[in-house]
Amino acid sequence: MNTTGSKGIGKHPLIEMLGVTKVYGTGQAAMHALRGINLRIDQGEFVAVMGPSGSGKSTCMNILGCLDTPTAGAYLFEGISVGKLSRGQRALLRRHYLGFVFQGYNLLNRTSALENVELPLIYRAIPAGRRRSRALEAMEAVGLKGWETHTPSELSGGQQQRVAIARAMVTAPMVLLADEPTGNLDSVRSKEIMDLLTTFNQKQGITIVMVTHDPEIAVYAKRTIRFLDGVIDSEEQNGGVG
Amino acid sequence: MLWETVLLALREIRRNVMRSSLTVLGIVIGVAAVITMVTLGGGATAQVTSDIAKMGTNLLQVRPGQLHRGPGGTRSTANMFKVDDAEAIAREISGVAAVAPVASEMLQAIYGNANWSTTVTGSTNGFLQVRNWTLDSGRQFSEGELRAGKTVCILGSTVRKELFGAQDPLGTTVRLRNISFKVIGVLISKGQSSFGTDQDDFVLIPLRTLQRRIAGNIDVSRIYISAQDGISTNKVQEDIERLMRERRRISLGKDDDFHVRDMEELVSTLTGTTRVLTALLGAVAAVSLIVGGIGIMNIMLVSVTERTREIGTRLAIGALERDVLMQFLVEAVVLSSFGGLFGILLGLASAAAGARFLAVPFVLNIGIVVIAFLFSAAVGVVFGYFPARQAARLDPIEALRHE
Ligand SMILES: Nc1ncnc2c1ncn2[C@@H]1O[C@H](COP(=O)(O)OP(=O)(O)O)[C@@H](O)[C@H]1O
Ligand SMILES: [Mg+2]
Repeated sequence: MNTTGSKGIGKHPLIEMLGVTKVYGTGQAAMHALRGINLRIDQGEFVAVMGPSGSGKSTCMNILGCLDTPTAGAYLFEGISVGKLSRGQRALLRRHYLGFVFQGYNLLNRTSALENVELPLIYRAIPAGRRRSRALEAMEAVGLKGWETHTPSELSGGQQQRVAIARAMVTAPMVLLADEPTGNLDSVRSKEIMDLLTTFNQKQGITIVMVTHDPEIAVYAKRTIRFLDGVIDSEEQNGGVG
Repeated sequence: MLWETVLLALREIRRNVMRSSLTVLGIVIGVAAVITMVTLGGGATAQVTSDIAKMGTNLLQVRPGQLHRGPGGTRSTANMFKVDDAEAIAREISGVAAVAPVASEMLQAIYGNANWSTTVTGSTNGFLQVRNWTLDSGRQFSEGELRAGKTVCILGSTVRKELFGAQDPLGTTVRLRNISFKVIGVLISKGQSSFGTDQDDFVLIPLRTLQRRIAGNIDVSRIYISAQDGISTNKVQEDIERLMRERRRISLGKDDDFHVRDMEELVSTLTGTTRVLTALLGAVAAVSLIVGGIGIMNIMLVSVTERTREIGTRLAIGALERDVLMQFLVEAVVLSSFGGLFGILLGLASAAAGARFLAVPFVLNIGIVVIAFLFSAAVGVVFGYFPARQAARLDPIEALRHE
């Protein structure tokens, strides 16, 4: 197989991108956001994605997150070609296997932190009682015990970021996709969040793919992928901090 | 899951109480209008029916002249009846319970300083029977009074009230065209008829007295006949027509110069009319419901635009199109059902007030209440569907990028 970043025998290839391209618009206005990405991420990996602005990181994350489909090439999730799935099937993939930490948090306004965290469990049809206790656990794990009833507007940027992480984690997803999860945090808060993600990765074996601009954050991951102009420019193994 | 969605919708509605109330105002008014119209219409129908029952449904009326349909009524160029005609009907026609020959004049009734313009009806005790009149106090005419044409009278309750106030009129005398009439009875009030006339505004005196002392002729302007219970008024009507043609010597092929009217016919015409009216008003009100639905659709579309990011988030997290569709549809239905509920309460209240004002009975029609509620919920489904589909079809990435 012509994939990169193979971690050797025994690891299960969870995610594979084979010559993925993404073109926005057509003709003269065509914008080539991704120009042939080959990528393999195994189960349990912690991968950092770096690269200058506009290099295609978010586009790649959207495709990884089954929110978008490649213009050409194939994206295989657990061997399933996501591009061939229907809208509804992709929604079910997101529901059952993926957790998102969006760049802008995307919390529901006017809705309490706890209810925000409960949201993915509602779509998994978890009964109300179990839903509540799991959401409370997740809130506690991100250090927001006591802030459950506050709405996003009553929380600081860092707290909102942690609510977003709790919401992504509460389902114990197979893959966690985080687009600049520490983008708006100071270094102390950033370190806390990264320790949390490292714990999730190591204790629960959750695969993490994280976009960041900060090399100090990237070192928490075991592997760093660098994007440039819609292609993977380089790749390196880190020792990992944790 | 549906229950969750309903709770979610309730919360969403509560968040914006002011806008939600304005949104459903159209539905509230529409439903209230439907309920008011139909309830009042039902009350009016019940009123007409009971009025006519009071009048006696087995009542027939014979009048001279041909019947001209529509307003204007009869032209009495034809010969008046005589008392003999009434007696012949009583004698020769089977199934007749009572017969009352009637003649009347508009006169001034005077008692002391009080005077009152009223109808003076000359008839027999049969009149009380066929028109279902009951004595409040006093007595009917005696045979002697009727035969001799005595100056005695029985008062309708309006005349009694206008002339005597709280005083007991029995035994006193009332002056009609300078003749003193002794009051021997007072009738129980029937109130207004559905046609808006005061049924209690008359004085009853013996027919012979009216003919001799007031009218100065021996004419009878109409004859009331009540059929016995269980006897078809149609059959009696035909018999009367045959008898009268014979008595008035109308040769074969010539038109009647009199006509017989059946009250039952009148009932069905009148209730039919009020029913058509009710249906029409109801239809007008239903149109306002549709307008209310468009109001809901409008606000739901605004809401979808405002909540694009929320929808994007839900879709990204794993909501299916169906989930988002349901969310917005349930919200529209909950909204419109609330509107329906408030409309029903408002409609019943205004119908109750209207019924009092128009002096018709308040007849609660559970059927229309249920229909109005279901209709308002249906309005939510129909007019909520388009915005809900709009929301469900959003592209998650586009929606998340939306500002
Ligand atoms: N929906 C879109 N329509 C048109 N161009 C887009 C769209 N999304 C991204 N792009 C373009 O694709 C390129 C890659 O964008 P993106 O993946 O967001 O980069 P990054 O996240 O690395 O900053 C950019 O040049 C961006 O302008
Ligand atoms: Mg980006």
